[in-house]
Amino acid sequence: MEILSNLALGFGVALSPFNLLMCLVGVLLGTLIGVLPGVGPVATIAMLLPITFNLSPVAALIMLAGIYYGAQYGGSTTAILVNLPGESSSVVTCLDGYQMARQGRAGPALATAALGSFFAGCVATLIVAMFAPPLAEVALKFGPSEYFSLMVLGLVAAVVLAHGSLIKAIAMVILGLMLGLVGTDVNSGVLRFAFGISELADGIGFVTVAMGMFGLAEIIANLEHKGAREVFTGKVKHLWPTKEDFKRIVGPVLRGTFLGSALGILPGGGALLASFGAYTLEKKVSKYSAEFGKGAIEGVAAPESANNAGAQTSFIPLLTLGIPSNAVMALMIGAMMIQGIAPGPQVMTERPQLFWGMIASMWLGNLMLVVLNLPLIGMWIKLLTVPYRILYPSILVFMCIGVFSLSNNPFDCLLMAAFGLLGYICVKLECEPAPMILGFILGPLMEENLRRAMLLSRGDPLVFFQKPISASFLVVSIILLVIIALPNIRRKREEVFVEET
Amino acid sequence: MAIKSPKDFWAGVMFIAFGGGMAAIALNNYQMGSAVRMGPAYFPTVLGGILAVLGLILLARSLALKGEQVARFHFRPLLFILAACVAFGYFLKPLGLVGATLLLVFISAYGGHEFKWKEVAILFVVLFVFSVLVFVKGLTLPFPICPEAIEDFCRF
Repeated sequence: MEILSNLALGFGVALSPFNLLMCLVGVLLGTLIGVLPGVGPVATIAMLLPITFNLSPVAALIMLAGIYYGAQYGGSTTAILVNLPGESSSVVTCLDGYQMARQGRAGPALATAALGSFFAGCVATLIVAMFAPPLAEVALKFGPSEYFSLMVLGLVAAVVLAHGSLIKAIAMVILGLMLGLVGTDVNSGVLRFAFGISELADGIGFVTVAMGMFGLAEIIANLEHKGAREVFTGKVKHLWPTKEDFKRIVGPVLRGTFLGSALGILPGGGALLASFGAYTLEKKVSKYSAEFGKGAIEGVAAPESANNAGAQTSFIPLLTLGIPSNAVMALMIGAMMIQGIAPGPQVMTERPQLFWGMIASMWLGNLMLVVLNLPLIGMWIKLLTVPYRILYPSILVFMCIGVFSLSNNPFDCLLMAAFGLLGYICVKLECEPAPMILGFILGPLMEENLRRAMLLSRGDPLVFFQKPISASFLVVSIILLVIIALPNIRRKREEVFVEET
Repeated sequence: MAIKSPKDFWAGVMFIAFGGGMAAIALNNYQMGSAVRMGPAYFPTVLGGILAVLGLILLARSLALKGEQVARFHFRPLLFILAACVAFGYFLKPLGLVGATLLLVFISAYGGHEFKWKEVAILFVVLFVFSVLVFVKGLTLPFPICPEAIEDFCRF
């Protein structure tokens, strides 16, 4: 069994004391920011990227991955106790989780979320271990045309899964692609769109964009309303679900896990989509569908399992193809590049320690989360009582220090502020920043592969349809676009997002 | 003609300006090349063109279909938060971490709903001490702690 020896190698790496510590730091930080509403994993990972310069690649990626799936655990706590999504993927957990808390069943709701997440985490880790290697093998045969078409598919999927207007989402992707082109053109050495600013010669830093568009814009938008929150800080008693509860959550957890794993692999997918999908499915198939929205335990179990599964399987496209499926994964690519690793299928063969170490750490991280979080719930609840007026200046300090330290240049802070403004405008115009970020990271890669493919084919654009793999990616993209452009389905898609947000 | 959907209208304007502008800059300054050997202007021009067309569609739609108003801009948090970040960046070297953090915390706190001198002052002290310990001492980021002018007086 090759997979067993690989996993053994991975656990050897992940169990080294320092990597174990980094995993712990990652999941604790992740839970912390997951609990705090208004601080997401994207901004946190962006903040911490400069700090990972000093770590080894394995330790850095283990920590950053821990933040992402840790945030899925933390988010549910806030959703259940405060009726606010601590993390965007916990939006649907609010519906039934908060109702359970009001009925005095906060304890079982929290435990269900944690146990469901743990189960999903274990399964998803196995899925990553089983499916990533064969996929990477296929990906090794990809040429420039296949890569270009794959990226098109990834961007189209990101558009399909974005909320709201389809045209705006496509436009945001293209905006991102274009912003990614700022800087020196690798092929000709020409400086593009730098406007005489020497700091732009290396392009716009990804961290700067992400922190501005997500971090700053989010803080400004949060400051618009005076929020008074009602926190169930009262004692959370009877943590353990009853026997009856257990019987009711087995099905939803299983379905949530598998649906979440599948949706996580899709380009543009990840935790958010997974939790929405699982809740909708559960509402359809459950015997207790009448109870949904009134405190059904299934409504907590399914989305919480699904978002954790999705968070983990979204690493598959990153690790096998080197293509990010969402904004967090785009940041992970940034982290790999900082460490001098070119993301792609060769990572698995050239750096098996890194690859398998990370996978093993995911399982260990999930174990830590479930062991630590149930006893620590009291502490997380205390954190929720910290008012936002204390929180946001603190976040700003860390963001500014992080951005400044990228190149010790005040210009980066200015640029971050500019993207904060753009992000705020986008919030107001209902243009989602997530597709833009994806486009931004893929922009240079796409141009590069497009040029190479066209050079190889002597300028014949049909090459993208002549190679079978490339052609099938493009056909799937076109089908996706056509399907959602159909009026019927478009209405349905808008309904789904309206109903659930 | 009346604008029926201001949100779409302004999004359209933004995309047209951005796409058209970038395409124009690329066309005028860089080489286009051919489809076989694409020059630096090729990809941006194509993308800019598509973006401008999408903007036009949004614009046209906003005149025909009814949509939402643009929600009110809250300029107070917007200006104070952005100014705080810029101030931090440009004052870090002349005023040291102490001055830059002071500016950042006070300016940003002033952009919120409640501003209590005492609370913000305590917050500043806590954040400053934490940043020095974690970032400067722990992670050895090369930040000056004190203002340039009195650097010699405060070596730790």
